[in-house]
Amino acid sequence: MDGTRVATVSLELLSEGRRLADRLGVELEAVAAGHELSSVPGQVFRYGVDKLHLFDDVRLARYTTLPQTSLLCKLVKDNAYQIFLLGATVTGRDLAPRITAELHCGLTADCTSLEIGSYEDKRSGAIIDNLLYQVRPAFGGNIVATIVNPYNRPQMATVREGVMPLRVVKDDDYVGIVIAHSVADYVSDADFVVEVLERHVKPAANNLRNAPLVVAGGYGMGSKENFDMLFELARLLHGEVGATRAAIDAGFTTHDRQIGSTGLTVRPKVYFACGISGQVQHVSGMQESGIIISINSDPDAPINAIADYVVTGKAEEIIPKLITFYQQKQ
Amino acid sequence: MELNIIVLVKQVPDTRNVGGQAMNADGTINRAALPAVFNPEDLNALEQALLLKDKNPGSRVVVLTMGPGRAADILREALYRGADEAILLTDRAFAGADTLATSYALSMAVRRIGCFDIVLCGRQAIDGDTAQVGPQVAQMLGVPQVTCVRNIVSLDNSFAVAERSIENGVEVVKAPLPLLVTVEGTAASCRPRNAYRMLRFHRAATPTELSADGFRYTEQLQADEALCIKEWNLQDIAGDASRCGLSGSPTKVRNVENIVFKVKESKRYTAADGDLKALVAELLDNHTIG
Repeated sequence: MDGTRVATVSLELLSEGRRLADRLGVELEAVAAGHELSSVPGQVFRYGVDKLHLFDDVRLARYTTLPQTSLLCKLVKDNAYQIFLLGATVTGRDLAPRITAELHCGLTADCTSLEIGSYEDKRSGAIIDNLLYQVRPAFGGNIVATIVNPYNRPQMATVREGVMPLRVVKDDDYVGIVIAHSVADYVSDADFVVEVLERHVKPAANNLRNAPLVVAGGYGMGSKENFDMLFELARLLHGEVGATRAAIDAGFTTHDRQIGSTGLTVRPKVYFACGISGQVQHVSGMQESGIIISINSDPDAPINAIADYVVTGKAEEIIPKLITFYQQKQ
Repeated sequence: MELNIIVLVKQVPDTRNVGGQAMNADGTINRAALPAVFNPEDLNALEQALLLKDKNPGSRVVVLTMGPGRAADILREALYRGADEAILLTDRAFAGADTLATSYALSMAVRRIGCFDIVLCGRQAIDGDTAQVGPQVAQMLGVPQVTCVRNIVSLDNSFAVAERSIENGVEVVKAPLPLLVTVEGTAASCRPRNAYRMLRFHRAATPTELSADGFRYTEQLQADEALCIKEWNLQDIAGDASRCGLSGSPTKVRNVENIVFKVKESKRYTAADGDLKALVAELLDNHTIG
């Protein structure tokens, strides 16, 4: 929850959960914990939720770890769920591992795709069907691993925002079952020992996630001054500036602009890749872009293989010229 | 007030520069084939521990790692920077552990260390990026947690106040001791090695290293307990073997694949003015840019 609004990643997970539930022939349940949750049913049922659990308490208005751990652990134990998905937000990553430690179950972080399949236990030779395949980049994003939890339940996974598509599958007049739980049955007073004293959130400084055009720069931009030229190009083209992890580590721009397996996943209509070699970690966060334009001094840079347009040369010399020629043409 | 501080650290393959075939056939990482480094955010955690010690003279900073014998390198690194005591948790039984089995072994080792006021660790390790071990250890120890911390603002007899990063912002949280805190990379960088401490602690060794070393420093080590890196195995932490290593790991790697992207037919341009003008014209013509 984001106050009284269901986080976008949670709606994406409901869409994915619906697909998996249909595949398995089971129900999809959702759980929301917070305060003043009366609008939650209206927000989630469109995505095909069969049953919604609500935990409404003024003490849950601001997330803290312990009460949410207690109530989710009890809810999962009482209902013996097969699969339990959470958003890979700061909150989801704080909460999910805590639950697994209590329930002794497996958790895969930051999955990029989820499927149903079987697994052969090489020790016993047993074949286990209908398992959740949890696909995630591993090892700094250099490979993808498919993880399974053959024996422990629930099978838990977190997924980042923007990875799964939203799918509205029900009419606005569809209503599933709503169960309003008594929070006191799940949480003890001792769980409220951690106190949020202050909370400062400012709206995102950029709209990178939803921008139709992205001008992204890599370490190959060479310097912060060169990188700053990308902001000019992005402004002219009504786009946003993104960056690789290497460019951010080099101090060219801020963390909130990172695109890749440990940053944002974007799929703009147009993607300029400037001075970006195309390491797997980065490409996995932008490969679904429509038109990709690569500007790189290396004609054999890996990113060129997935680009529609390849310009070979020094990005810091080409960008100002593109800006000039664009202004002339306009 | 004198604090007992434990820092959980990890030696990781440097995934920022991966080359060659670094994976085993069973999907686990061939760590021997890669340069091994101190996990970056664990250094931020160590700095927070040392800052607490600076403010609270008489405090004790114990660093704990689980890993193979060569992980003692990062323990020496921590001693150079100001840690008081180092413990290596090592046993064949711990091999192949996922985060849950790792957290179990670490939490048992923390119990063996005994009383603590605060356990610090990095938010996540660069080989897995899971951020799971901190919260799992906290749950197993039955203590509260504060994750993604950039700064510990204050710490008194019973409470810590910390600033933590959240999406697009920051939260200030007050939590009771004992407590586990995970520290992120935007926190203060770790202080450099101290030259005097390097002179002293470059001889620090585990019992295994000592016996392999032909007992070169045995006498100094016997005279100076601080130079002894403790080495604990499954028995030392009274661990349950079924909860450790591969057999204690609920997650299994089904398979591992190299990432293959779909290759496109691309139009090529040089950096010449004529080419760039043609590119801009084409992009405008086909409404790629407006």
